[in-house]
Amino acid sequence: MERWREVAQTLGPKQKLTITVATVIVGLGLGFGLAHLFAGAIAYWGVVSGPFFTTVRVAVPATLIAGILGIASGYGLAKGRFPGRDVLESLGSLPIILPPTVVGFYLLEVLSPGTQVGGFLTRVVGHDLVYNVDGCIVAAAVAAFPFCMRAARSAIEGVDPLLEQSARTMGLAQWRVALLVTLPLARRGIASGLTIGSARALGEYGATLMVGGDINGKTRTMSLAILDAFTTPEKNTMLLILVLMAVAAMTGVGLLGRSRS
Amino acid sequence: MINALDVAMTRRIGEFELDVAFTVESGISVLFGPSGAGKSLTLALIAGLLRPDTGTIEINGQAVTDCAQRLYVSTQQRRVGMVFQDGLLLPHRSVLDNVALAVRQARGRRARRAIALSWLERVGADSFADRRPRSLSGGERQRVALARGLAGEPALVLLDEPLSALDASVRAELRGLIRDVIISTGLPALLVTHDAVEADELGDHIIAFEAGRVTGRRTVDRPADADAEARRDVPSSDEPS
Repeated sequence: MERWREVAQTLGPKQKLTITVATVIVGLGLGFGLAHLFAGAIAYWGVVSGPFFTTVRVAVPATLIAGILGIASGYGLAKGRFPGRDVLESLGSLPIILPPTVVGFYLLEVLSPGTQVGGFLTRVVGHDLVYNVDGCIVAAAVAAFPFCMRAARSAIEGVDPLLEQSARTMGLAQWRVALLVTLPLARRGIASGLTIGSARALGEYGATLMVGGDINGKTRTMSLAILDAFTTPEKNTMLLILVLMAVAAMTGVGLLGRSRS
Repeated sequence: MINALDVAMTRRIGEFELDVAFTVESGISVLFGPSGAGKSLTLALIAGLLRPDTGTIEINGQAVTDCAQRLYVSTQQRRVGMVFQDGLLLPHRSVLDNVALAVRQARGRRARRAIALSWLERVGADSFADRRPRSLSGGERQRVALARGLAGEPALVLLDEPLSALDASVRAELRGLIRDVIISTGLPALLVTHDAVEADELGDHIIAFEAGRVTGRRTVDRPADADAEARRDVPSSDEPS
């Protein structure tokens, strides 16, 4: 507060007036925005709640799966000394480059019970992996994976190898060096990958539509519901909720990355 | 009598060729020579951080590297404690955690931390046990690094120019501490330096290095009373304070 008082004393009357007016305008805007959001959320909750919970059910496990696989493969790519590492990274990055519908098409080929791989996976899991939430989770995880993998590789490669060597001379096994030294030191880069990955999982549209369909009450996520509700008033509410979810997810993961620093 | 360390190895890096053979007995042995003589490379090879092209390395009579037999014991299993030039403390861990992670002889976090704290007390670093390494001065960091190098009760202590990054006054202070603490543990140690004063003050045996070769070896005359004093002043590793 002291600092703010000092700053305020250095301002002229015109500057003070400008700041006051700007604060009132922004405050009113935020107030009306939030009021609109809450009013919309209450009014259209019956329509919005289904896609909202489906999005959470899809995005959270998808981010977890993409995060675990992305960190593991990023570590392998950063530390492994084998030919074709860059080719593997390019393959893993395909979901970024390919149109989501193409990714969805290939996923449908792989997951459909009629195909060899899909038939095998269906027998292993015990139920179909298409046109249900599991399929949506796979599609969202595939979309989020490359962001997690690339960020993890880059962050792990940035860790000072001398620190890892010093940990080895302390008698720490390789897996303990990875868990206690490498990954904590790379956490900011990894968290940034998880942030983008979670945002991607939240907003996934094309591949999810092809693998999960757009079944109301079953696989309809917020992104799909927004298109369906494009001509109706509840779309604004859903847009705002989706934006808030994305901001919350990004802030949460970002804070995780900065914690203990 | 079994030597603490037997080395006979070669390693080529570009134009530079290391070709050395020497032994280390009890006490502190010093690899002394100019920069670029291959001293730190030798330490890295002994620690298992790098592999020699040919030759063998034995610690306490046990082969840890034998190129002909393709035997390379991992760094983790060599039981060497290492003190690096810049400390290389883990920046995201407290001073106490840095040392506790190196304790191998106890299970359980509490037991390891108790042993770590006793080592920090021995090097005069217990007052900043809860601090992060980046908040320490160079001398404080090297005290912690010394505690960490010794906390795992290694078979051999390796010190890679532990004082070269410090001011002259701090160097003089830490020389006495390093010698006293290491001698009090009875652990054999191999120290690398290019400083002649440091070599004479710290070493019992001086192994001269030049251009990747051992060029001489001598024993430092040291009054026996001085080390006995050190052993009395510092509690033994069996009695952590």
